[in-house]
Amino acid sequence: MATVIIPTPLRKFTGNTARLNTTAANVQGVVNELAQSFPELKKQLLDEAGRIRAFVNIFVGNDDIRNLQQENTVVKEDSIVSIVPAIAGGAPEISTI
Amino acid sequence: MSLEHIHFSKEELARYDRHIIIPGFGFEGQKKLKASKVLVVGSGGLGSPVLLYLAAAGVGTIGIVDFDVVDDSNLQRQVLFGVNEVGELKATAARNRLQSLNPHIQINIYTTQLTSKNALDIIKDYDVVADGTDNFPTRYLVNDACVMLDKPNVYASIFQFEGQASVFNFKDEQGKVGPNYRDLFPTPPPPGLVPSCAEGGVLGVLPGILGSIQALEVIKVITGVGETLSGRLFIFDALSFETRTFTISRSADNPLNGDHPTIKELIDYEQFCGMKTVEKPIKEITAKDLYNWQVTGEDFQLIDVREPHEYEIVNISAELIPLATISSNADKIARDKKVVVHCKMGGRSAKAIRELEENFGFDNLYNLKGGILGYIDEIKPELTKY
Repeated sequence: MATVIIPTPLRKFTGNTARLNTTAANVQGVVNELAQSFPELKKQLLDEAGRIRAFVNIFVGNDDIRNLQQENTVVKEDSIVSIVPAIAGGAPEISTI
Repeated sequence: MSLEHIHFSKEELARYDRHIIIPGFGFEGQKKLKASKVLVVGSGGLGSPVLLYLAAAGVGTIGIVDFDVVDDSNLQRQVLFGVNEVGELKATAARNRLQSLNPHIQINIYTTQLTSKNALDIIKDYDVVADGTDNFPTRYLVNDACVMLDKPNVYASIFQFEGQASVFNFKDEQGKVGPNYRDLFPTPPPPGLVPSCAEGGVLGVLPGILGSIQALEVIKVITGVGETLSGRLFIFDALSFETRTFTISRSADNPLNGDHPTIKELIDYEQFCGMKTVEKPIKEITAKDLYNWQVTGEDFQLIDVREPHEYEIVNISAELIPLATISSNADKIARDKKVVVHCKMGGRSAKAIRELEENFGFDNLYNLKGGILGYIDEIKPELTKY
C-alpha cells in the first residue's frame, strides 16, 4: 500500500497520525480518502470548489504533482505521497509588515 | 566578480585558516565571502544563526533589517541576544554582538519594517538575500523584490516542529534562473486556516537547524562551491526526524516571471494575504422571514439597490436606489424602523449596507440573504428569474 505523510502542522486533524496507508489509485483518490476520514483536514486541503488549495503542495515521490498529472497523478503501491503546506514562522499572531 | 582588490590581514588569515585549507574552497572561496554583501531580513529565530555563522565565516558586508525590539519571549531561540539586550532594538543589539564576533566585517542596519516602498531600495545594494521573516506578507514581498532585482533569495521557514529551506531565483552558470517562492506557493493560506492561524509556536532548536542550513546555502551561493538547493525544497520534520528533498520547478503561471507576467511592481502584500478583507458581519434576513414581515404587516422599508433595467425585469415592489447612488440618497432611508436591502444575489446590497453603516451610522439595515433570486426560489417561483 502507498504511504501518505501528513506534515506536523496538519497532524492535529489526523489524531496525530504522521503516516497513513492508502489504496487509492491516484492523488485525487488519496485526497478524497483523507477528506472523508478527517473532515477537519478537508477544509485545510480543499477550497470551497473542491480544488487542492494553492498553498498546499502534494508530492508523489520527490516530484510536485503540478509537474506530473496534477490530481490524476498515479499513486503506485510503493509510492510515498507527501503533503507540504506553506509555513511562515511561529509568530502567535500574524505580524504585519 | 573581480577578487584582485581583496586582501587579508594577518589576523584575518589566522581567523579563516580552516576555510582556506579546505580543498575546493580555499583562498578564492574566502575572498568571495569577503567581497560579498548579504542582506538578512529578520534577526530573530532564523536570523540569529544565519547572522552568527555568516559573520563568523567572514562575509564582508552584512545588512540586517529588523524593526523589532528584543523581548523576553525571544530568548528561547534567538541566540544572538541575552537578558542584557531585552528592550533594545534587535538590529542594534545584533550589530554589537556580530562586531565583537568579527571586527573585520562591515555591518549595516535598517531599523525599519521592510515595505513595498523601501524594499527595492534596501535590497538593491546586496548580492544575496536571506529571508528569515515570520509572516506571509513579508515572505512574498522579499520574494517579489528579489525577482525584480535579480537577486538570489535563500529561504528557510519554520512552524512548530516543521522546517523548510530552498534557494529561490538562483541563476546558474548557464544563466538559467531557478524557481521562486511563487512557483512553490502561488498564494498564501487564507487567514484562519492552518498554518496562518493564531496558534503558532516553534521549538527553540528548530530555527537553529534551519537557520544554519540557510547560512550554508548563502555561503554556497556566494562561493559557487557545491550544488545549492535551487530547484529543490528541503523539509525537516523534527518530531519523526525525517528529512526529504523534493524537486520543484518554475511555473508558466508565475505572475512575476512566468509566460504572462502580471506583477510589474511591488504590491500591497497584506491585502494579497487577505488581511484586509476581514469585514464586520452585517445583519441578514432570510427570504422566509421577509415574507413573514410582509404578510403580518410589519412596518419596514424595502430597498432594491440593483440597476433600473434589472428592476424592470423583475421586482418585489421595493424602492429602487441603485448602489452607485446609495450615499446621495441616504436621507431617503428610514432610521425609525427596520430596513431590508436587497439586490440580485446579496453582494451589492451588502456593500450598500456597509457604506451606509460606515458613513451615516445606520444600525437598522438587514441584507436579504440570496437576494431577489433567493426570494423567488423560496417564496414566489412564479416571478421571472434572470
